[in-house]
Amino acid sequence: MTHGHSDHARPGHDAVLATPETIEIMQSRLGNGAGRTRQALGYGDALKIGDVTVTLRPAGHILGSAQVVIDYRGQRAVVTGDYKRRTDPTCTPFELVPCDLLVTEATFGLPVFRHEPDTREIARLLASVTAFPERTHQIGVYGLGKCQRLIALLRKAGYDRAIWLHGSMIQLCALYERLGVPLGDIRAVADATSSLAGEIVLSPPSALGDRWSRRLADPVTALASGWMRVRGRARQRGVELPLIISDHVDWPEIIQTIDETGAGEIWVTHGREEAVVYQARKMGRRARALALVGREDEVE
Amino acid sequence: MRAFAELLDRLVYTPQRNAKLRLLTDYFRATADPDRGYALAALTDGLSLRLPVRRTILELMERRFDAELFRMSRDYVGDTAETVALVWPAPPVAEPRSPLPLGEVAEQIRLMDRKQLPEQLENWLDRLDTTERWALLKLLTGALRVGISARLAKTAVAEIGGHSVAEIEEVWHGLDVPYTTLFAWLEGKASQPDAAGAPVFRPPMLAQPIEEADWAALDLADFALEWKWDGIRVQLAAARGEARLYSRTGDDIGMAFPDILVHARFDAVLDGELLVMRDGEVAPFNDLQQRLNRRQVTKRVMADYPAHVRFYDALLIDGEDLRALPFSERRRRLEAWHATIRPALTDLSEQLRVATKTDLDALWSGARAAEIEGLMLKKLTSPYLAGRPKGHWFKWKRAPLTVDCVLMYAQRGSGRRSSYYPDYTFGLWTEAGGRDELVPVGKAYSGYSDAELVELDRWIRGHTTERYGPVRAVEPGLVLEVLFDDVQRSRRHKSGVAMRFPRIARIRWDKPAREADRLEQLTALIKPLA
Repeated sequence: MTHGHSDHARPGHDAVLATPETIEIMQSRLGNGAGRTRQALGYGDALKIGDVTVTLRPAGHILGSAQVVIDYRGQRAVVTGDYKRRTDPTCTPFELVPCDLLVTEATFGLPVFRHEPDTREIARLLASVTAFPERTHQIGVYGLGKCQRLIALLRKAGYDRAIWLHGSMIQLCALYERLGVPLGDIRAVADATSSLAGEIVLSPPSALGDRWSRRLADPVTALASGWMRVRGRARQRGVELPLIISDHVDWPEIIQTIDETGAGEIWVTHGREEAVVYQARKMGRRARALALVGREDEVE
Repeated sequence: MRAFAELLDRLVYTPQRNAKLRLLTDYFRATADPDRGYALAALTDGLSLRLPVRRTILELMERRFDAELFRMSRDYVGDTAETVALVWPAPPVAEPRSPLPLGEVAEQIRLMDRKQLPEQLENWLDRLDTTERWALLKLLTGALRVGISARLAKTAVAEIGGHSVAEIEEVWHGLDVPYTTLFAWLEGKASQPDAAGAPVFRPPMLAQPIEEADWAALDLADFALEWKWDGIRVQLAAARGEARLYSRTGDDIGMAFPDILVHARFDAVLDGELLVMRDGEVAPFNDLQQRLNRRQVTKRVMADYPAHVRFYDALLIDGEDLRALPFSERRRRLEAWHATIRPALTDLSEQLRVATKTDLDALWSGARAAEIEGLMLKKLTSPYLAGRPKGHWFKWKRAPLTVDCVLMYAQRGSGRRSSYYPDYTFGLWTEAGGRDELVPVGKAYSGYSDAELVELDRWIRGHTTERYGPVRAVEPGLVLEVLFDDVQRSRRHKSGVAMRFPRIARIRWDKPAREADRLEQLTALIKPLA
């Protein structure tokens, strides 16, 4: 299991092999459904399965996320899982692993996706909080990963006020803190005694503009996602402040990874395979789309 | 470009008027001349340029970017200019970038000829970041389309100096881009700019709807009485051989009405109603609409929909500002002036006389039968005051019509109302294929209280039959009493009718949907075509 997001870490698996953090996350979210047997493998520890050696390396996507490195008779395959190459204070940075076969994700596999530096997006958010002190800023974020990263980025930018959370996010934030990711003053919206004017509230994207948010002070709705790069997507969600903050590689980083791993064979999966395959072939690699049981990462 | 691009980027996503206003005012305060002046120009009258921008962009893309990847990107994004902004392969530059001021771009645009365009555009695109490129392409391709009216931009500018938008409008048409004299005045560094005798727009005086208390206190001897005409309010300004026709909000609409302007060879600023007139009769509003929102007009359209201005007030005549004079005196001057000049395609709005309030009531009650929109009451002693001052001018619209409709669809709101369903489509019963069905006849999004909105929201969520994105179809179970001003035939609607100004009068929680009205009752109210 490369990481704990629910489109990968579904309940009811038989045997689970993952990093210790991913196993903790799965247990927190799925309880007994987190696999019949659970085997933890730390980053860099080798596991022999017959003639094959399996190693997990950091993927930089969320806490515990891993690339799977498979060595067999001098040949190496790397399955990236979901990954990003930018610094993220909530997880171990991506580690480049040279290989012969690279299986890469392509969530943002189109040249239109070039994520802004996260410091700039956080600055836009804080400028908006200053400009609209009588309103709540409600930010839609995925509860695992994006939520904690956003809190950590705000802290890095010097924002030390309380950050208010939708009830569904409390447990995972507590787990992050227990695993050594400090998040500062975080509180449940349910405990608020006011409508949180001037404050920052994090909630799942589904709560934006829905009945849950009626308790907030005329909220400015924001959504932190790589999809916010494209205006049509942002408008479709009725978002007032789109924040381009993604936990996936953008187009230049996918190309960079293909290039730097030196892999002669590229398999592309999870997203917009067509453009990445086209580009990899232009770079002289053998490339094909790997049709996996599909999912479209809606909120990433 | 940075600050301007950030502004447009925020405005595009901001639904609330007050929030837009805040963003604009903050920008105009924080930005220096001439950048903010060019931004104001772009947000109001536009930076007019005649350059083949779209074609040039595509030619540049062909040279700079992989055609196949561009095709895939364009297909995904759906908008060429936005795609170009996103994928443009700018060479890496040192951070921080050297800024490219909006003023520099705007000045270049005015001077540039089409031969210079490709090289200049390529240079700019290389220097800008994604959001700035998007803003630049919006600027160059004409309409910004960021949901800002020219008036809202002017309102924001006015707020810098604590002025009213009327004061901006008063001087607006005498100003030049990039409006440095305007900003200097607003910041208290210079006196108010002077239009110096040019035919500029003056902010109009508006009427308030008459209320019970006004009616009780009303002394007929103090008021002039006129019909309320069903056209659009205009200001015809002419001086020094130039003539302009302005809408109520100060938009210059003259290009669609050369027939009116050609006769405006005088020196005056006059207030009146723009109408379509045939054989001395006012044509329905629909006819006037055929003339509005055009950049040009053909002889054919002018002949088919002859325009006419019916004056009811004078602001300036022969350079003399009459606005401080009482209405009765201005009217006297207007009559004397009109009798002398007699400009073609104009006349004066008749002054009505009634002896008692009972007679006035009767006159008002007959308005619908006379196909007139209502009455205007103007205090004889009132000066001409910009805006909507209290207690001077009253409008008394004819009584609205009502019909009991059945709620069919509800649509999600935006901004403050985004968690509610404040937009309602309602229908009436009609027979189709031997049984009754509902056919939609109109939409309304006003006329209910906040408490009713919450109750409606609850009912809609509990009675949804289908969902189409932001729209819910509901069971035919709730009757809405709908007020409307008029109903006309329409080929665009399935029901064949279009209501004017529909709004909700009452929610009839008590009335069974089966007992709502029928389409035939509504169509019976349509006036036969003249």
